[in-house]
Amino acid sequence: MASEAVYSHRDPMLKKRDDFEDILEERRNSSDLRYALKCYTPVLYKGLTPCKVSELKQMVLQSDQLGYVITQVSKEKGMTTDEVTGDAAAILEEMAQRLQLSTVRFFAFTLSKVFKTLFRSICVNEEGLQRLQQAIHNHPVVLLPSHRSYMDFLLMSYILYTYDLALPVIAAGMDFMGMKVVGEMLRMSGAFFIRRSFGGDKLYWAVFSEYVKIMLKNGYAPVEFFLEGTRSRTAKSLTPKLGLLNIVMDPFLKGEVFDISLVPVSISYERTLEEALYARELLGVPKPKESTSGLFKARKILSEDYGSIHVYFGQPVSVRSLAESRVNRSQFNLIPRHIPTRPSEEILSFVNDSAYRLVRAQEENMVLKPWVLLAFVLLQKQAAEDKQGTALDEFTEQAVWLRDLSRHYGAFLHWPDHIPPSEVVSSSLSLHRGLVRISEGRVQLALEQVGGQQVPGETRSAITPEEELLNQAVVILSCVSYRNQALNVFIRPALLASAIHTAASNRKQEIYNGFSFLRNMFSNEFILCPGATVQDFEEACYLLVKTGALQINQQEVLITERGHRTLAFLTSVLDPFLQGYQVVCRFLCEEDCLTEKQFIPAVRKFIIKHLLTGRLRYIEVLSSDLQKNALAALIRLGAVQKIKGGEEQGTLKLNKVMLNSLEDTLGGKLPTQKSVVAHL
Amino acid sequence: MCHTFPALTSDRSSRICSLLYKHGSSMASNSSGSDSSDRQRIAQQRLSVIAGHLQRPVEGNSGILAAECKAQGDKLDVSSERRTVPRRRQEIMKWNGWGYSDSKFLYNKKGQAEFTGKRYRLSGMIIPGLREWMESTFGANLQHKTPAAPILNSSAVQPPTLNEAFLKELKSTGIPFSHDAEDRVFRSHGHCLHEIFALREGKIGRVPDLVVWPNCHNDVVKIVELACKHNVCLMPYGGGTSVSSALECPPEETRSIVSLDTSQMNRILWIDEKNLTAHVEAGIVGQDLERLLNESGYCTGHEPDSMEFSSLGGWVATRASGMKKNIYGNIEDLVVHIKMVTPQGVIEKSCQGPRMSTGPDVHHFIMGSEGTLGVVTEVTMKIRPMPEYQKYGSVVFPNFEMGVACLREVARQRCAPASIRLMDNEQFKFGHALKPQVSSIFTSFLDGLKKFYITKFKGFDPNRLCVATLLFEGDREKVLQHEKQVYDIAAKFGGLAAGEDNGQRGYMLTFVIAYLRDLGMDYYVIGESFETSVPWDRVLDICRNVKARIVRECKDKGVQFPPLSTCRVTQTYDAGACVYFYFAFNYRGLSDPVHVYEQVEHAAREEILANGGSLSHHHGVGKLRKEWMRETISSVGMGMLRSVKDYVDPNNIFGNRNLL
Repeated sequence: MASEAVYSHRDPMLKKRDDFEDILEERRNSSDLRYALKCYTPVLYKGLTPCKVSELKQMVLQSDQLGYVITQVSKEKGMTTDEVTGDAAAILEEMAQRLQLSTVRFFAFTLSKVFKTLFRSICVNEEGLQRLQQAIHNHPVVLLPSHRSYMDFLLMSYILYTYDLALPVIAAGMDFMGMKVVGEMLRMSGAFFIRRSFGGDKLYWAVFSEYVKIMLKNGYAPVEFFLEGTRSRTAKSLTPKLGLLNIVMDPFLKGEVFDISLVPVSISYERTLEEALYARELLGVPKPKESTSGLFKARKILSEDYGSIHVYFGQPVSVRSLAESRVNRSQFNLIPRHIPTRPSEEILSFVNDSAYRLVRAQEENMVLKPWVLLAFVLLQKQAAEDKQGTALDEFTEQAVWLRDLSRHYGAFLHWPDHIPPSEVVSSSLSLHRGLVRISEGRVQLALEQVGGQQVPGETRSAITPEEELLNQAVVILSCVSYRNQALNVFIRPALLASAIHTAASNRKQEIYNGFSFLRNMFSNEFILCPGATVQDFEEACYLLVKTGALQINQQEVLITERGHRTLAFLTSVLDPFLQGYQVVCRFLCEEDCLTEKQFIPAVRKFIIKHLLTGRLRYIEVLSSDLQKNALAALIRLGAVQKIKGGEEQGTLKLNKVMLNSLEDTLGGKLPTQKSVVAHL
Repeated sequence: MCHTFPALTSDRSSRICSLLYKHGSSMASNSSGSDSSDRQRIAQQRLSVIAGHLQRPVEGNSGILAAECKAQGDKLDVSSERRTVPRRRQEIMKWNGWGYSDSKFLYNKKGQAEFTGKRYRLSGMIIPGLREWMESTFGANLQHKTPAAPILNSSAVQPPTLNEAFLKELKSTGIPFSHDAEDRVFRSHGHCLHEIFALREGKIGRVPDLVVWPNCHNDVVKIVELACKHNVCLMPYGGGTSVSSALECPPEETRSIVSLDTSQMNRILWIDEKNLTAHVEAGIVGQDLERLLNESGYCTGHEPDSMEFSSLGGWVATRASGMKKNIYGNIEDLVVHIKMVTPQGVIEKSCQGPRMSTGPDVHHFIMGSEGTLGVVTEVTMKIRPMPEYQKYGSVVFPNFEMGVACLREVARQRCAPASIRLMDNEQFKFGHALKPQVSSIFTSFLDGLKKFYITKFKGFDPNRLCVATLLFEGDREKVLQHEKQVYDIAAKFGGLAAGEDNGQRGYMLTFVIAYLRDLGMDYYVIGESFETSVPWDRVLDICRNVKARIVRECKDKGVQFPPLSTCRVTQTYDAGACVYFYFAFNYRGLSDPVHVYEQVEHAAREEILANGGSLSHHHGVGKLRKEWMRETISSVGMGMLRSVKDYVDPNNIFGNRNLL
């Protein structure tokens, strides 16, 4: 089908995207009740044999796949097969959805009310929904929405109901089950619940994978899950999790269905409900356990304006065309297909690559609001320690410059061109008035919320410098989460710009080496398809040359006169990450003995110290996400080793020499140092 | 019932006749007592004569002149009259299409489909439903014709490259040969779509330079010796029904290519009733073999769909499979002894023991060797007394899934009838379209009633139901018992007995489908069938996926009309089944239809392999499927085959380049 649409190296500006339609508009003009009770007759899969929820469970329990594992487990544990089957049935009971139209109608009614108060509009691309309808008719469908908010899956089902499309069954984390009533409600609206970890539990895995596969193969309903596994707290796409994707691709690979359509869906919020919550979480306030009462406390949320939501249903991606000339399906010919086998290296790398392509497809269709660009400007000004703020007209000029640049790089920017830029800017700022302050025609991040507004003389001593820093960090990380939405647009050019910046010469090869080093270093941080270094480098070169920032010939890379501004901007995009990783390296160099558990609190302390002494500029480095990613990268590169098992379980073994040289290389002190590159 | 037929097939009560030709409702009536005992008496007489002949010791292989061998052969022959295949095949067969020249489908002046000739049950009949079926299935139109070149333009045929020294010595042996263009062209092809398509357009590629007609084993020995001596390329030619490009002359071959036509080696040399074997020359075609054995009260029971034209040697060389293998076995089960002439000499076993533990069975180097190692000249085959009773049957299932489940159960219980085949819905409709005009209102009324019963009363969806056709054989009582057993199983899978007539028509389809392709080609429709074998658990998956792949590939390749993509399960085994796919499309609007066709077929084969199907169940590899051999049998397997070839035929005298 449209595999080439997933990842293409054409001019990103020419990317064709559908128009949006606001679905709340009709809700504001007609009865919600009538809407909730409307006639609902979705198009179904052509090969569907309709079956009830209970029949579905029977099919799972009677499947050869599960039967095999049950026999195996009963032998291992010395239980009777009936007992094990009982266990399996219990697991299934705990897991299974009970999709009911009445509950869906209830949600349709209440969500209409909620959405209308929270959001100005919910925009969806109707052409995408038409494609989806076609896909549902032709093949089993997997819906893969991005995950930024709890709202995501309710929103998905709401939209599908609105357009009379088949309602999905949704893989949800077990933690929702804690919310008694809500958990059951979600179950009845199509959610099925899976434990967060069940590593060694063969039976659980078998029940779970068979349940998903049977629903998918029979075309019972589209299967929906989040490739990223969890909500991204940073608004950057997360490295995709492969477990479920592996499961849903399996029926195709084993020939049980002709094809499967994977539909990436990009959901972007102009303002995230969980904005400050996420920031706190990243700063070390633990995530509150999902509970029904907790949800109701969030009621004050209802009084605020959260702008608009854009939902883009991407081109369905055919698993068949992804696998074409990649996977030799006949590898499954020699073992009965109901016997569970560990996927081969070939399959794993195929699933991994596919997952990256799909996440990139999500990223590419993510609508960016002007505010996202403003966040770039605000954060850069803040990092430059510009205490007075920026004059509005200058601010607008920079935003417009960034608008044009991002468009050239293929960003899906929703900037209303018929409105003067200054108005666009001010209306964006006013939606996020919690994060910015405008005074005397100057704009800056609202960092001094507490201190600034206080009457002199009152007890400021109650707030330690550290607390003040953390308060500022909440605002900054909130703002960062908007900036991050557009990082994928700039990341490749930014890697190139940084490589040029640190390279000692203009030689293309040297710059490529630097690019490759940085790309490798940051591949836990950003979505960079494995093994695509050359393509990424070429894409970055192409974009920078196209916009006139660079001239590239056979050997050399030259910055043009007008290119300096672009390159300075791009370097500054990557700079917080460069410094963050550097400081993590520094920290590890100074540590002697450290366990994985101690890492985050210790590194946070270290960073706070550096921030307070002014040795580190970027407050956003406090994000535990960045710290975790840095550690993962260092482990991947072999600079840190995690000891598994034994008494020292979880202890980190540090390779100081390598950490040192990585820190230097990141700092540009020893550009393209041979030994480091060789390690990579 | 069928005594008014021309001399070639005028045998009165032959099995072929009962299977293929027009007769009343009491078909399989050859169980009528007096008739059969009569035949057996004649057979006894003949056999005593043969026994006399056999007392004379047969000489060794070499040293006998061809002329002698012919004389001897004539005496030994069980019955030598009425052979189907003349040397000049083009006298009775189409040079650019399937089968007999007198038999073909056409649209008459009224625009009704009609089958000409007098040979088949369908001959001379109007088939009212065919036109509508063709129009609606393919979007074909009677206005848009693509007629074939009527006669062979001999000037389009390259003049033969003759090896004069070889020719000179060949002449001295007295073995007949020809380098006439028509003879050569006839042997330059099998029946792959691209081969027939090219002929219809009058395009002739590389053809054999010479055709020789050996009369017996010793003639073949002589020819092979001469070919080795003069480095001439030999290509054995049996029935010419290959669908694997096996008969295509390799374009890179620079030597003189000699087509060795075995059709005149067509005698049954002896019948051994004690051991129930018959020793037969390998050039005999299926219908002659059965007819002649029938005269003695026997049969081999080997009935591949091509049995009218395909030859015993060809079956051995391609590992053929017959429709009734459930009772009689496939060719590898039927063969007791094989004699093959190779460049290294003659290979044969020293005894006729029913099973041996003497290392790998050398017969298995021969079976499936596709003419790359030598020429099979004589075969000893198992024979069986002719069955007392035959009965067709059919079962309608609500859907294909149920049908496959039923076949699987039948195989599990090992109670498969002589033949059991399951057609999918499209093929069921196709079969329906081939119903000849019904003569009485009563019959059509009955048909209507049946249809009502199945679709309305039983609630079968006419667009999903499918039908299994059955053929039972044996003594009457057992057949009836067996029939009940199978229908009982079918009932468990929702199957309804749907009458003998439907079953019989299903089998008839097998024989006329090749003729139908010629009709399609007159109206922009091209198509072909191909087959595979697959484990039971994959049958449904492979059917669905291959059919869908064909549809998708056609769309991707720009075919303007939806193709016909259909399948049937034609054989059951303990561990799997044989699946047959039919695929055809209307190629109007395509500049290179054959290329598109080949791409789709290629994709379909890839799909088969990806779904756990085999490269071939019985069509063989030829040159068409060579590219997949290595992945099919592994590199070591290829090496094994290669080393056999290198030893047996180091100079590649048998240079058709099939298989490896």
